[in-house]
Amino acid sequence: MRLPVRPRTGGLIALAAAILLLPLGLDNAFHYEIAITIGFNAIVCVGLNLLIGYAGQISLGHAAFVGLGAYGAGVLTAGHGWDPLAATGSAAAATGLLAFAVARPILRLQGHYLAMATLGLGIIISIVLNIEAEITGGPDGMPVPPFAAFGWEPADEAEWYWLVGGLLWLSVWLSLNLIDSPVGRALRAVHGSEVAAEVVGVDTTRYKVLIFTVSAVFASLVGSLSAFYGMFITPNVASFFHSIEFVVMVVLGGMASTFGAVVGAALLTLLPQVLTVLEDYEHLIFGLILMGVMIFMPKGLLPTLTGLRRRRRR
Amino acid sequence: MLSEFLQFLFSGVTLGATYALVALGFSIIFNASHVINFAQGEFVMIGGMATVALLGVGVPLPLAMLAAVLLAAVAGLLLEKFAVEPARGASVVTLIIITIGASIALRGLAQIVWGKQYHALPSFSGDDPLHVLDATLLPQSLWVLGVSAAVVVGLFLFFNRTLLGKAILAASYNRDAAQLVGINVKFVLFLSFGLSGALGAVAGILVAPITLTHFEIGIMLGLKGFAAAILGGLGNGLGAVVGGLIVGIAEAMGAGYVSSEYKDAIAFVLILLVLFVRPSGLFGRRATERV
Repeated sequence: MRLPVRPRTGGLIALAAAILLLPLGLDNAFHYEIAITIGFNAIVCVGLNLLIGYAGQISLGHAAFVGLGAYGAGVLTAGHGWDPLAATGSAAAATGLLAFAVARPILRLQGHYLAMATLGLGIIISIVLNIEAEITGGPDGMPVPPFAAFGWEPADEAEWYWLVGGLLWLSVWLSLNLIDSPVGRALRAVHGSEVAAEVVGVDTTRYKVLIFTVSAVFASLVGSLSAFYGMFITPNVASFFHSIEFVVMVVLGGMASTFGAVVGAALLTLLPQVLTVLEDYEHLIFGLILMGVMIFMPKGLLPTLTGLRRRRRR
Repeated sequence: MLSEFLQFLFSGVTLGATYALVALGFSIIFNASHVINFAQGEFVMIGGMATVALLGVGVPLPLAMLAAVLLAAVAGLLLEKFAVEPARGASVVTLIIITIGASIALRGLAQIVWGKQYHALPSFSGDDPLHVLDATLLPQSLWVLGVSAAVVVGLFLFFNRTLLGKAILAASYNRDAAQLVGINVKFVLFLSFGLSGALGAVAGILVAPITLTHFEIGIMLGLKGFAAAILGGLGNGLGAVVGGLIVGIAEAMGAGYVSSEYKDAIAFVLILLVLFVRPSGLFGRRATERV
């Protein structure tokens, strides 16, 4: 028996509706800016969730890939006069190549050793961005020219909103399809037990490398676009904290749930905005909320909530 | 030539001893609970900051240090009781995020209580450098080395000669078996967090006169201590000490001979290279996966 609308299709429709209806509640440019930031973060998280939630591999250095995308696009356009779209594509390709090259030795590691290696890689890239000031402008950052694609330039915040909203929907759709494909099944097998997956003939290394590269490319594309959107970048985009933020978004929303990653990104982008009213107490409260959510909902928000609903129905 | 090398070696070993203490803190908690405690660096910060603060209100230095160590130990105990214990059985990533949340909260609290400024702690016995073969050695470095060595020996004796230490070791080898022979595993876990907090604070107090102290000082120290623990093989006490020394010496040599700007990156380049060759660190046992 099949439901008239599969949950996944229902989710995609709900997401589309949310993206379409949200502007009704956005009053000013600042609101749009937050919505756009949520969109950017959500796309990174959808990619990262493939790696953490489905393949079961942790990455504590994903902001470095965002940073490479941002600086790749910034340096190629501002420094070398490239077309923004070509710069974005080249940065994504280069980031993908780098991720592909390091994925094999890094993903051979397990658990905490993998966490350490990805953390180290991220910190090294972020330090390089800070120190090579002649290329990157150093800690002070660098300006980036506006975005343009095929003669079209996003004129205001609203146009950026539609661009990012469209891309978010597209990335969720891509991710859901990937999970439903043989690749997705192989990934879940790797998550369950790597040895068992290998025994039944899954080339675990190949799939882990593939998904690491895909999630790095997602991150790089977001990095480039957000650089054009903000028109200014600093090495903070690649910092350890930014990496941690992405992981927290994925886990908070719910691992192995694409929509959970979107929800996590939205909440964790909004929370600091709300907490700024607490001024000095902001970090203390933020840390406590983070701990509380993870202690009481170790599976993340969305899976816990849908689990509750299901239980009530019975 | 030689004096330059010696100079780098001295500062490397001093740094390394601090990293070793932090790495030991990581290892003790990891052994007892299989948790990587990302708030370990905050224990280091609490040690330094609390000592400075107590000194500021007129408490004599030895008493201030003792109180700071106790405070960090209490922070460790509270962390175990209210954050790690209730989340038992959660996945590795979830536990990592809980300790990250704790580190953010502790930093936030420190910033409220002690402010955002850098603080200096006076050296324990003056600042007149000693001269060894044309290289200079700060008396504080001797303090760092001496106290670290004493702590390492003390820990070795504790884990090998006392019933309590052996109970902790037993619980780390096999939790269920330890429980069966009557060890209170819950208490062991609780205790390891306290011990780890105290160790971190000792490291923080020892380096404060050399590096100054600040509410964010624990971030890098914590990460490098983690790198040292992984380098030696997670959960291996000897590995933590050797890993700490290697990271410290590599950092000082790299800063001296290669590039001082990139000194913070050296620990991480080193750890990546080692992990590519030995995926379980230098002294780590190769893990076998059970299906």
